[in-house]
Amino acid sequence: MALLEVKDLRTSFYTRDGIVRAVDGVSFSLDKGETLGIVGESGSGKSVTCYSLMRLIPEPPGRIDGGTAMFDGQDLLTMSKKELRKIRGRRISMIFQDPMTSLNPFLRISTQLIESLRLHYDVDKKTAINKAIAALEEVGIPEAAKRVHNYPHEFSGGMRQRVMIAMALITEPDLLIADEPTTALDVTVQAQIMDIIKKRQEDLGTAVILITHDLGVVAGTCDKVNVMYGGRMMESGTAEQVFYEAKHPYTRSLQKTIPSLQTKGEELYTIPGLPPDVSKPIHGCAFYPRCPYPKTGKPEGDRPSLVEMADGHCYADCGFCDSSAPIETVLPKSDSPDEVEQAGAAE
Amino acid sequence: MTDHSETAVLGNEAAPLPKHSASEIAEEELVEGSSLWKDAWSRLKKNKLAVASLVIFLLICVFCVVGPFLVPYNSQEQDLFLGATGPSAEHWFGTDTLGRDLLVRTMEGGRISLMVGLVATVVSLLIGVIYGATAGYLGGKVDATMMRFVDLLYALPFTIFVILLMVAFGRSMWLMFVAIGCVEWLSMARIVRSGVLGLKKQEFVEAAVSLGYSHKRIILRHLIPNVLGPVIVIATLTVPAVMLLEAFLSFLGLGVQPPNASWGVLINEGQQNMEIFPWLLMFPAFFFALTLFCLNFLGDGLRDALDPKSAKD
Repeated sequence: MALLEVKDLRTSFYTRDGIVRAVDGVSFSLDKGETLGIVGESGSGKSVTCYSLMRLIPEPPGRIDGGTAMFDGQDLLTMSKKELRKIRGRRISMIFQDPMTSLNPFLRISTQLIESLRLHYDVDKKTAINKAIAALEEVGIPEAAKRVHNYPHEFSGGMRQRVMIAMALITEPDLLIADEPTTALDVTVQAQIMDIIKKRQEDLGTAVILITHDLGVVAGTCDKVNVMYGGRMMESGTAEQVFYEAKHPYTRSLQKTIPSLQTKGEELYTIPGLPPDVSKPIHGCAFYPRCPYPKTGKPEGDRPSLVEMADGHCYADCGFCDSSAPIETVLPKSDSPDEVEQAGAAE
Repeated sequence: MTDHSETAVLGNEAAPLPKHSASEIAEEELVEGSSLWKDAWSRLKKNKLAVASLVIFLLICVFCVVGPFLVPYNSQEQDLFLGATGPSAEHWFGTDTLGRDLLVRTMEGGRISLMVGLVATVVSLLIGVIYGATAGYLGGKVDATMMRFVDLLYALPFTIFVILLMVAFGRSMWLMFVAIGCVEWLSMARIVRSGVLGLKKQEFVEAAVSLGYSHKRIILRHLIPNVLGPVIVIATLTVPAVMLLEAFLSFLGLGVQPPNASWGVLINEGQQNMEIFPWLLMFPAFFFALTLFCLNFLGDGLRDALDPKSAKD
């Protein structure tokens, strides 16, 4: 049985300007020790998906409208707060984007590291401190025994993110959710942090959900990949399938935006237009207005659902564009009058 | 890799402290696990006015608390034949119209004034911080209801409220504590709430929730310590405010009752005889004013020390 089985997760924000359907029917599953990458542009619903799993959505205005998330036989979305508190931190941990604000500035690193350990396990302070020091050593903090008693402001950003990883993994959870763990960090530190997450994952056999913008990171670390757009999954499958046999125009466009894969000296490719406004109902394919592929018609009605193409490789095909066309045949954006209108409005 | 992190640390330390000399930065780097409190204390120590105020304030406290044991008079012992006399070798501050030694009365009055100030502040601190933090953290309808209740109490005219209390329960010093406490926690609650509203959106609170901590734990361990900076500043500024309120009530005859004395009572007695026996007003007023000055300067200094961003210049 899968460790985590998410089915038809729907989360909306009920704002004054209308209902924002941030996550609109997402399903995926994750086995023990596996790494799942969730990629997509800002606002595609990646973070909200994970926050929903942890029930960290601020309510109101947010609300989980439906779906199930079976974690080891229990539904995370309907369990009581008390049960949830036993799972949070103990069996599912989370690493946040910004290490500068995710540690409490008033408490020593040691205090923060042992707090969750002592809350979830019956250990005395001394054992806990020793475990905290070991955890800091695991993530590569030099002189951990000394530095464990420092305060967060005495650590650099990269070190704080290491502390966050140590803190999240000190209880040896089954699942680690990493919400863009390297976004706020220096490029030189990013690779180190990813290495540490990967290494600790192998040591502990933890499953990881990795939210990121960085397709390179996904290719290097993930077993499975979900591509999200406008609150839904556009394509999912193993990393190889999504990278080498990408079917969905959005996935292919995303790949085209990777700077290192582009010709040097030319203007960097960006997907024209802006992500869809999920507070308005979306008809047909959400990516249609920005789709660079030759079209055979305009998709109408319901949004296309995920269809399994090959073994575990799913994608949401609207059936109105020729995504088999080589990526080089991408049309300049002025060719479709529809698209210009949409893109112009967005800009 | 270590080199990267170390240089980053150095950069962070140096950037916000451009006025520090190189030696000072080096010194700070050597300190093991310097907490924000220690940093604030070292900043406060550099503020001469605040340190002087703190010293004078502590001296006044010692004067009021220890003083009465060293003076060979009792604050209620009358000498009607002596009457009001000016400062002399026997009575340094002179005597009042009933022949009571003013020095010892000033000391004991100070005890009561300081006690009112401290007790009422502590009470308002406890209620205000917990109330404000709970309202701010829970938010939504709970917050709205709790804060409307605060607005309601704010709207109550203070003097009338006290007079009503006195009418209902009779005059007593404790009632005055209650009355003052009821009013002073309101601003504390508002300040703590606004601080918590800002803090709860920070990721460390989210992280605390994601680690499975209970609301109570998050409020007490993670939120309140982070708002203590402004709270301490407000508390130091509340003490003089409370003392003023007490003086005001005593001046109206609603506060401390004779023969007990507070600075407010002494000033009231003094101003009645101001033209004939000016020392009766001068001494208690001097100590009262000095205490208020010290506490205000100390509060200012603490604000600058605890929140370096708000410092002038």
